[in-house]
Amino acid sequence: MPETVFVNAINEALQEEMKRDESVFIMGEDIKRSIYGATMGLLEEFGEKRVLDTPLSENAFFGAAVGAAAVGMRPVVETLTSFMWVAMDQLVSQAAKMRYMFGGQVNLPVVYRATMYYGGGSAAHHSDRSYPMFMNMPGLKIVAPSNPADMKGLMKTAIRDNDVVIMFEDGTLFGNRGEVPANEDVPGGELLIPFGQANTLREGSDVTAVAIAGSVPHALSAAEELEADGISVEVIDPRTLVPLDKATILASVEKTGRLVIADPAHKVCSAASEIASIVAEEGFWSLQAPIAKVASEQVHIPYSPALEKLVYPTKEKIADAVKRTLE
Amino acid sequence: MAIDKDLLMLMLRRMWTIRHFEETVIDIYAKGEFGGAAHPYIGEEAVAVGACVAMQDTDYIAGNHRSHGHPLAKGGDPKRAMAELLGRVDGYCKGKGGSMHLADFSVGILGESGILGSSLPVATGAALASKIKGEDFISAVFFGDGASNQGACHESMNLASVWKLPIIFICENNQYAVTTSYRDTVAVEHVSDRASAYNMPGVLVDGQDVVAMYEAVSVGIERARAGEGPSLVEGLTYRYEEHSLGLGRIRRGEYRPEEEIETWRQRDPIVIHEKRLVEQGIATQEECDAVRDEEAKEIEEALEFARNSPFPEPGDLFDDMFADAIPQP
Repeated sequence: MPETVFVNAINEALQEEMKRDESVFIMGEDIKRSIYGATMGLLEEFGEKRVLDTPLSENAFFGAAVGAAAVGMRPVVETLTSFMWVAMDQLVSQAAKMRYMFGGQVNLPVVYRATMYYGGGSAAHHSDRSYPMFMNMPGLKIVAPSNPADMKGLMKTAIRDNDVVIMFEDGTLFGNRGEVPANEDVPGGELLIPFGQANTLREGSDVTAVAIAGSVPHALSAAEELEADGISVEVIDPRTLVPLDKATILASVEKTGRLVIADPAHKVCSAASEIASIVAEEGFWSLQAPIAKVASEQVHIPYSPALEKLVYPTKEKIADAVKRTLE
Repeated sequence: MAIDKDLLMLMLRRMWTIRHFEETVIDIYAKGEFGGAAHPYIGEEAVAVGACVAMQDTDYIAGNHRSHGHPLAKGGDPKRAMAELLGRVDGYCKGKGGSMHLADFSVGILGESGILGSSLPVATGAALASKIKGEDFISAVFFGDGASNQGACHESMNLASVWKLPIIFICENNQYAVTTSYRDTVAVEHVSDRASAYNMPGVLVDGQDVVAMYEAVSVGIERARAGEGPSLVEGLTYRYEEHSLGLGRIRRGEYRPEEEIETWRQRDPIVIHEKRLVEQGIATQEECDAVRDEEAKEIEEALEFARNSPFPEPGDLFDDMFADAIPQP
C-alpha cells in the first residue's frame, strides 16, 4: 500500500473532490501559494475562481462560506484554530444555527479546515486545540483525524456532507507518513470514511485507551511499551467527535473494565470529559477502576520549550495513567 | 426613470402589507399572544419595499432583527410570517425561528439575523456564489446605522469590493441603535460616506420615498449585474415605535424628543407615495384606499391562519438540526 504524508492526504482529498464536483471551491489566507502545504497545486488545476486568497477578514469569509453554501456551493475554508476566535459570530450565530433556526429550509455544506499548530513554540496565540468548545455547540460536525488514511477519507466525506463540518487538522501530525489505500483498491473505488465510526487501532484486554488526534500516536507508543510489561491496551480513535461512536467505546470498556482518555485539548470540559461522562453514565457497571483523563493542563501554552512540553499528553503520561487504572 | 403603474401600485401594496402586519403584531403582542422580542418596522417601509421591488425572485436578501419588513417586501407570505411569530408549525421556520429569524429561501430570503452586522458576510457569500457560478443573480443586505459600526460590516464591504461581488449594501439608517443616536457612534456624517473607503459608490437617499429608494437600488443592481461590484445605499429613515416590543423601561420622549417623532411621522412613506400617485394622476384615491383595505384583509386572514395553525409537537424538537442526520448524543 502506498505511503502518504498527512498533509498530502489533505491535498489529495481536496484535489479529488474539486475535480469531482464543480461547486466545491476553497478560500483562505495565502492558499494560492499553499503556505501550509495542503493546497499545493490547486490554483494551477482549478483556477482563480475556485481557489481564493482572502483578506485577513475571518468574519467576512467564514460567513461568506455560509452564504455561498446556502445558494448551492460547497465551500472549503482553510484557517488555523486560533483565527476561529475572530470569526466566532459567523461560526456560531450563522453556520451552526442557521439550518435549525430556519426550520430546515437550507443545507449548509461547508467545511472549515482548522489546523491546530501546537507543540512547536508557537505560544499562546497560535496553539489552540479548540474542538471541545465546538462540541458544546449544537449544529456542527467535528472531525479530528489521526493518520493520513483517515484524514483523506474523512475529508472527502466532509466535503460531500450536507452540513457544516469542522476538520480539526492536528499540525503535530502533518509530517507523519501512513499507508493510504489507492482509490482502485477500496470498495466503491474511493476512500470515503463514514462519520461516527471509531477506529480500533490496537486490540487489547486490560485497559481501553481512547485517544484523540495528535494523542493517538502517543497512546499507540504507550500501548506498545506496556505490552512488554504484560499489559494489554486497546487503543480506540473516535475519529469524529460529533457524531461520537460511543458504542465502540462502551463495548471496549465492557471488555476491559478500565478507561484512559488522552486528549490534547485543555482538560476542563474537554472531549475527554465528555467521553468520561458518557462512560460514567452508561458504562459505570463495567468499570473496575476510576476513569483516567490525560488532557492538556489548564494553562495557556507557554513559549519556552522547557515549559510547553509539560502541558500536553505524552506517551509517559498515558502509560502512567494506564498503570494507575490497574493499581 | 419611468416606472409603470403596476410597479408603483405594488410599492404601495407592499408598504401597506408591512404597515398592517406590524400594527397587528403590536396589537396581539399587547394581548399576550406571543412573547420574546419583536421589532416593528413601521415608518421604515419605503426602504425595504423600494429596494425589494427592484429585485427578481432569484435575487437574494438578508436582513436583521427588525425583521418583518424585509421578507414581506420581497414577496414573502404574511400567513407564514405571522404563524412563525406565533410559534406554529406552519410558520416559515416551523416555529423554530420566531420574529427575528424569518426566512423564505423560495423567494430569495436568506434569513433575518438577530446579531447585528452578522448577515453582511452571509449576503456577501451569496454574491460570491453568483460570481463563481457565472450567474446573473445579485444579493442585497439590510442593516442599520448601529450595525454599520460592526467589524463584519467593514470586512464584508472590503471583501465585496476587492472581489467585485454583485451585492448592494442597504443601510436603513433609522438614526438610533436602541436609544443611542448614530451621531454619537458613527465617525462620518453619513453612513454612505463609508463607501469611499471601500472604493464603491455610496449614496444617501430619502428613505421615506419609496421611489427614490427604488431608483438608487436599481442603479446598484445594474452595476452589480454588469460585474462592476458592490454599492452602498443609505436610506435615511425613522422608526416610529420603540426599539422592540416588550421594552417597557424605555419611555417615549426619553432619548428622542416627541417633536422629532412627530416631525418624522409627518413624512410618512405611505402618505408620501399615495400623494404622489394621486397628484400625478397615476391612481385615484379610491384605488389607493382599495389597496389599503385589501392588505388589511390579507393580514386579518394571515392572523386567522396563524391562530389556527397547530403548535409543534414535542417530537419535532430535534428535527432540522442536520441535513445528514446524526444520533442525539
